[in-house]
Amino acid sequence: MSDSKIVDARDTFCPGPLMELIRNMKQSNVGDTLELLSTDEGSGADVPEWVNKVGHEILSNEKIDGVWHIKIRKAK
Amino acid sequence: MAQKMNIVCVTGTREKLQMAAMIASVAAATGDEVSVFLSMNALPYFLKGHTQDAPVEGELGTLMAQEKGVPSFKVLFQQAVELGDAKLLPCSMAMDIMKITHDDFDPEVGPATGLTRFLSDAEGGQMLTF
Repeated sequence: MSDSKIVDARDTFCPGPLMELIRNMKQSNVGDTLELLSTDEGSGADVPEWVNKVGHEILSNEKIDGVWHIKIRKAK
Repeated sequence: MAQKMNIVCVTGTREKLQMAAMIASVAAATGDEVSVFLSMNALPYFLKGHTQDAPVEGELGTLMAQEKGVPSFKVLFQQAVELGDAKLLPCSMAMDIMKITHDDFDPEVGPATGLTRFLSDAEGGQMLTF
């Protein structure tokens, strides 16, 4: 069974949201989906950069009312 | 591609410690092999019970100190170790001068390391100094 989880890192600055995502990724299983919420402006570009570099999968990335919602699937 | 990232931390100011910790944590969590050599005025911040309130150098440091959402440099260094296997290596010379032993450090700090050893391990990698 794959899980879905929200990682709420709003109101923290770089690299807080990324580190929070990574901490949660480590505790997740392959196939799980994580949705990162971030108000840090750089997250929209920087988090996908990390996800692609490390080899996971970006499912969606959008900014809603000033909050980045980045959905990631743990691929390995 | 994983690469060797060597960071030398010598300055005990908030901006420099913060930048070094940001690079260490992100690089380590991205798979780089990160070693942080701690010496001079940066070293005391890794002693058990030492203040984390490093003096600011200028405008950005002051703003950072006021913002609640900025992760502290100590937490970022801990995350570099826990999430990315970074090594925090205290300078053996500075430890001699301060008359301290490994037991005086926070648990995330690695073994006392001499410059010769650090430089030889750092060979072929990037070297950043803060």
